[in-house]
Amino acid sequence: MFEPVLLKNINTPDSHRIDVYLKNGGYQALPNALKMQTDTLIQLVKDSGLRGRGGAGFSTGLKWSFITKDPTIPKYLCCNADEGEPGTFKDRAIIEKDPHELIEGMIIACYAIGAQAAYIYIRGEFDFGARRLEQAIYEAEQKGYLGKNILNSNFNCDIYVHKGAGAYICGEETALIESIEGKRGQPRIKPPFPAQVGLFGKPTVINNVETLSCIPHIVNKGPKWFASIGPEKSPGPKIFGVSGHVKKPGLYELPMGTPLREVIFTHAGGIRDGKKFKAAIPGGVSAPMLTEKDLDTPMDFDSMAAKGTMLGSAGVIVMDDTTCIVKVAMRTMGFFRHESCGKCTPCREGTDWTYKVLHRIEHGEGKEGDVKLLENLCGNIFGRTFCPLGDGAVMALRGALKNFRDEFLYHVKNKKCMV
Amino acid sequence: MNYELKIMLSTKTIEDIKKAIANYPRKKSASMDALTIAQKECGHLTQDVLLEIASLLEMPPVQLNQVAAFYTMYNKKPVGKHHVQVCTNVSCSLLGSEHIVEFLSKKLGVKKGETTSDKKFTLSEVECLGSCGTAPMMQINDDYYENLTEVKIEEILKGLK
Repeated sequence: MFEPVLLKNINTPDSHRIDVYLKNGGYQALPNALKMQTDTLIQLVKDSGLRGRGGAGFSTGLKWSFITKDPTIPKYLCCNADEGEPGTFKDRAIIEKDPHELIEGMIIACYAIGAQAAYIYIRGEFDFGARRLEQAIYEAEQKGYLGKNILNSNFNCDIYVHKGAGAYICGEETALIESIEGKRGQPRIKPPFPAQVGLFGKPTVINNVETLSCIPHIVNKGPKWFASIGPEKSPGPKIFGVSGHVKKPGLYELPMGTPLREVIFTHAGGIRDGKKFKAAIPGGVSAPMLTEKDLDTPMDFDSMAAKGTMLGSAGVIVMDDTTCIVKVAMRTMGFFRHESCGKCTPCREGTDWTYKVLHRIEHGEGKEGDVKLLENLCGNIFGRTFCPLGDGAVMALRGALKNFRDEFLYHVKNKKCMV
Repeated sequence: MNYELKIMLSTKTIEDIKKAIANYPRKKSASMDALTIAQKECGHLTQDVLLEIASLLEMPPVQLNQVAAFYTMYNKKPVGKHHVQVCTNVSCSLLGSEHIVEFLSKKLGVKKGETTSDKKFTLSEVECLGSCGTAPMMQINDDYYENLTEVKIEEILKGLK
């Protein structure tokens, strides 16, 4: 039985309060981190093998190392708490139940990269979470963990909460930066990357909530401990959020690399109502779906990529054998169409057109050649957009078409669903 | 363009907006905070409110308009006292969110996107609210209501009348 690390305190009463966090060993990593050279600290995070939990899986230590050491240039840390990828609900648990774990991780990250200010970009709907964070920041300031000359280290750091207002695209790092600057959340072209030109034009690191929450544990227990959990190239504890047709939907913190079958059947209790498994989306709706034959795939960045999908946010959406894949594809494309920021044509027009085709197939008005048309549209969106939103839409649809092409063709031919 | 600046916001709201400005190196970066704070007081953002905020943030009104228009949570039209927002994304949809919308529509006597004639309820369909493990779910104003059933919805609505 794996002992939870990140979620270990979420069932403790008042776990969001600083005295409870302190009683459970909180803010012990911070004084030790502040005594280290920043290079040593960054190396420690590199050695742990921690990879970004937002979905891209980029090495956190490496990301930090891109930031200039020039002390005259202001730098920023942004915590991505936008959590908008459908099927994902992990960061909310940390924000609401253990906000100090995140804040301690953020202060250490700020120290490592030389940032004196950090913003938590939280989606606007998480009003309760935003208030929890503001309260936690206030508590940390009162105890001297935030503000001027933290623990007599000469290091100053402030954290601010920035509330979004209902735009999925702001989970994309450059759109997130634009949004914190108080503008429309439309992505910037890269390069320059945020590590060079980020928030307010300054070098910036953007890390996910779960990523930053790993930091105090890595400092406390050492990089070797972290690296020893799960696969060598993709280590650490990982929060899996399981939703859909399972008996016990919810969050399960398990070693990275736990097979998909074990996540669904051992932890989430298997398929509900005596039905059979049909498919699972492994990492939020952008991740191509997997079927029965892929159930033994380990859930880590590399193994999922080898199967043509992605670990993403590890929000696992499970579908039973009564699920119409065409309908799921239509609903998913409807989401991307709604959330496309409108900046670039392939995404704005492509998601709209694709949705319309899926809509007519689902509603018994599909035309011969529609499946080919969908594939064609995918090819004209993928790789041709400013940011990964368009790619995500295509990956999701291609996953459905690859595994359930017959179901789409049946819909077109028979004007109805086969399930 | 000439326009008349009216005072629409309370002193408390203006104070809160000024506090938010202090969180950023640039005044206009507080635009989202300001819109959120103002909406709490006003319910929805009228042109007069937007003009007043733009003047507080010393930014061109057109820029603030762009921001207000981009984000779905800023109400550009009046909404009811209770804004019922049902998630219908994939996880919720698999567990019957369409039925939840239909049930609410019947209970409230309005279609999606409409407000009841007494202005108490607005019914909206929204994208994923990050509560997939407790689907189906909805948000009413700032609060989440999860693991919804018909019985539960009836109780929730009763509590809001």
